[in-house]
Amino acid sequence: MDLSPKQSSPSESTRFPDEVLERVLSLLTSPKDRNAVSLVCKDWYTADSWSRRHVFIGNCYSVSPEIVARRFPRIRSVTLKGKPRFSDFNLVPDNWGADVHSWLLVFASGCPFLEELRLKRMRVTDESLEFLALNFPNFRALSLLSCDGFSTSGLATVATHCKNLTELDIQENGIEDLSGEWLSCFPENFNTLEVLNFSNLITDVNPDVLERLVSRCRSLKVLKLNRTSSLDRLQRLLISAPQLTELGAGSFSEELTLQQHAELKYAFGLCKNLSVLSGFWDASALNLSAVYPACSRLSFLNMSYTALQSPELASLLPHCPCLRRLWVLDSVGDKGLEAVGANCPSLEEIRVFPTDPFDEDMIHTVTESGIVAVSQGCPKLHYILYFCRQMTNAAVATVVRNCPDFTHFRLCIMNPGQPDHTTNQPMDEAFGAVVKTCKKLKRLSISGLLTDLTFKYIGEYAKNLEALSVAFAGSSDLGMQYVMEGCSKLKKLEIRDCPFGNVALLSGLERYESMRSLWMSACNVTIDGCRSLAREMPRLNVEVMKEEGSDDCKADKVYVYRTVAGPRRDAPPSVLTFSGL
Amino acid sequence: MTPPLLGGVEEVASSASLLASSTSIESVCQNGSAELKERNYMGLSDSSSSGDSSAISAVTGESKTSLNLKATELRLGLPGSQSPERNSDLSLFASTQLDEKPLFPMHPVNDHHGSSTPKTLLLGNKRGFSDAMDGFSEDKFSSESKVNEMLTPRPSQNLGLKPGSILENLTSQTAKTNEAVGQKPAQERPHVSNNNRGSANNSSAPATKAQVVGWPPIRSFRKNSLATLSKNTDEVDGKVGASALYVKVSMDGAPYLRKVDLRNYSAYKELSSALEKMFSCFTIGQCGSHGTSGREMLTESKLKDLLHGSEYVLTYEDKDGDWMLVGDVPWEMFTDTCKRMRIMKGSDAIGLAPRAVEKCRNKK
Repeated sequence: MDLSPKQSSPSESTRFPDEVLERVLSLLTSPKDRNAVSLVCKDWYTADSWSRRHVFIGNCYSVSPEIVARRFPRIRSVTLKGKPRFSDFNLVPDNWGADVHSWLLVFASGCPFLEELRLKRMRVTDESLEFLALNFPNFRALSLLSCDGFSTSGLATVATHCKNLTELDIQENGIEDLSGEWLSCFPENFNTLEVLNFSNLITDVNPDVLERLVSRCRSLKVLKLNRTSSLDRLQRLLISAPQLTELGAGSFSEELTLQQHAELKYAFGLCKNLSVLSGFWDASALNLSAVYPACSRLSFLNMSYTALQSPELASLLPHCPCLRRLWVLDSVGDKGLEAVGANCPSLEEIRVFPTDPFDEDMIHTVTESGIVAVSQGCPKLHYILYFCRQMTNAAVATVVRNCPDFTHFRLCIMNPGQPDHTTNQPMDEAFGAVVKTCKKLKRLSISGLLTDLTFKYIGEYAKNLEALSVAFAGSSDLGMQYVMEGCSKLKKLEIRDCPFGNVALLSGLERYESMRSLWMSACNVTIDGCRSLAREMPRLNVEVMKEEGSDDCKADKVYVYRTVAGPRRDAPPSVLTFSGL
Repeated sequence: MTPPLLGGVEEVASSASLLASSTSIESVCQNGSAELKERNYMGLSDSSSSGDSSAISAVTGESKTSLNLKATELRLGLPGSQSPERNSDLSLFASTQLDEKPLFPMHPVNDHHGSSTPKTLLLGNKRGFSDAMDGFSEDKFSSESKVNEMLTPRPSQNLGLKPGSILENLTSQTAKTNEAVGQKPAQERPHVSNNNRGSANNSSAPATKAQVVGWPPIRSFRKNSLATLSKNTDEVDGKVGASALYVKVSMDGAPYLRKVDLRNYSAYKELSSALEKMFSCFTIGQCGSHGTSGREMLTESKLKDLLHGSEYVLTYEDKDGDWMLVGDVPWEMFTDTCKRMRIMKGSDAIGLAPRAVEKCRNKK
């Protein structure tokens, strides 16, 4: 009896055929699970590589398209995020990078089966869109969020050439809006659309074209119109597409006759499956009442583009018993938020945006009472984004006592460095209460007058924190040090206008490789500090964006991220890249 | 007092009204002269400013009695920079007062320290401020001098600004060293003026205001949507009646806006000259910027041309949201329909009547 070496190895005898292994692994969809699986052994790594269908890349410079295509040749769906988040607030120069084109070039040959592309904060040109439309025959879904560099012409090429398009989702982009002609580029027999979101666009699309498109696409589930869409058009669209689950209404300010109002209300009543409502620019109170029949299953209401007043909100909310997410403007005032607390027991997320963020004269904003009222009525609250002009430590403590399950706590007291307005104390205790009480906290944005004590609390208690956003806070390097030492799960840290210098920057040496990125702007970091960091940690890219006219030694904006792709080669002249390699 | 100055004082009052208690406003109007503090802003306390500063000091002097002493001191800061100091006397959400923090401590600083201001209040509210002072070193002066050039030395202008246009004083509050403080203007100015995000920002709103770049953190798309919204809400709290009719005035390239009370004027001529006075500092300021804005340097003669010539055109937004040329309709109709004003560059006004250029020149 020969014992061949093959048989004596136990792993061989219990080995699954590759196909079976891949089949089993393909049932795992979460990227985290997949990543874990790929680390088990070489076989599993290979199986995962061949069976992975979706890749999420949180920082497009952390890896190169070649590496991705080589490892995952059969991916169908890619999510790519580019610029640092502060580019949303104009802190990143336009030509910074994150151009998707190089990715598309590689994918065209390496991953030709690509069907879905979701981009956030990337630069996308019309050429890229055309390339995409022409080189990926199976392409189905395009989602662009906060991207820039393209125009409606690019959309036209996508509409023209992507025969199987199911999703076209254009949100909040810096798009050059030339005309609404792009919608007319869908072929007359095209009918596969399931998601159409053009709320970003200003120019008008041909209403007849839109109506015909909507009535052809029987699988259409998501339709988000732009601001120029009239109520009349909306009414007709609803009648032809009552199966919609998500609707973005256009402008809601027209004056309707009784008849028209009744017709609109009837049309809304036909939509039994609506779970998401948004849009509603300039909604008038009267018109809003037409929406009530559609709200019975509503789980997400986004009224953040219209200055809703508290009586209107109070009338609307009782019709939305299942509401879980609510976005409003602060025009609803504290009274409006009291209505929220009174009517939305299932509420899990609330976002209150400022109607006029730059006008200090605005009297009708929300205060600490509003947020307390919401917390009292909505114990399931776990996500809050709140823009206000005043806050107290006591109020925040009350809020988290009422709702200890916060995972996302983002408080923006709009005047930087503003203390508790009743006690004149810093807001340290507020955020202390948040981190002490909310054990599940993953994302935190702090504001107001804050000393190092806040950071001490964060480092000590926020053990699950993954994203921290800091502005105009802290007294010394210690602040940042507390966080770097204490928050072991930290993935994203963005800091602006804080007194943190090189000591603080270098205190995170151990941490940065397990983080996605670090942003520090208008702090006290110098070029030398960045150089040291890069030298110590060769697998980080350390980039400095220089401002015109600033001192040579100052690192105005620092962006640090881990990467396996080495320093990037497409940085503009204003971005200095430091690498230890 | 000359009308513009009165306008200036009233602006202060109007801004202060939302911040301070009503008593301080009355005392402002009475214009006593409790504690006049003349400030030597970079050695520029000439005749032009002394008159202003006395009036302003009077304003603040009165306020001192009802607010805290600290709050009323005039110190040099970037226009519009105010401390977020809170006073328990104050109602509302007021977070700022007529208080300007020194951007860079020079002689005024010493005065400040030697003043009767309760230091404890200072420390309590402005955490790092004294620290910032102490931590100040010589090399900061070099960056400051850059800033000095950029700053237009007009104390009267400063007060007229929207309170809470938070700028450097906040960083001085937090920053131990003043690197950030000194740098801020250098950073922010180019940003504010170069905030031309082409395709990235389909901004329909007029010139950017004096504000910290990227704060509050709101995405451009939302900001643009809100810009048209706020026009509507302005109508709501629109200061109706004979009391005051404040409208915002923006100027292309200026880092901050102004507000004028249209009731102060009875004809276009008065309005026009008042605006000229108000905004002339920006044209000087463009001169002084260290080239980051990319604008050509202005000679003195060109400066005159700027205001009186074809470079700028005065426009306003009416109730319907249309941008109109100022001067077409009768004054009363104008005050009824004007929502806000914008001083446009001549090149931008091409869409308006070509005689707009002429009109501007002729309007004296």
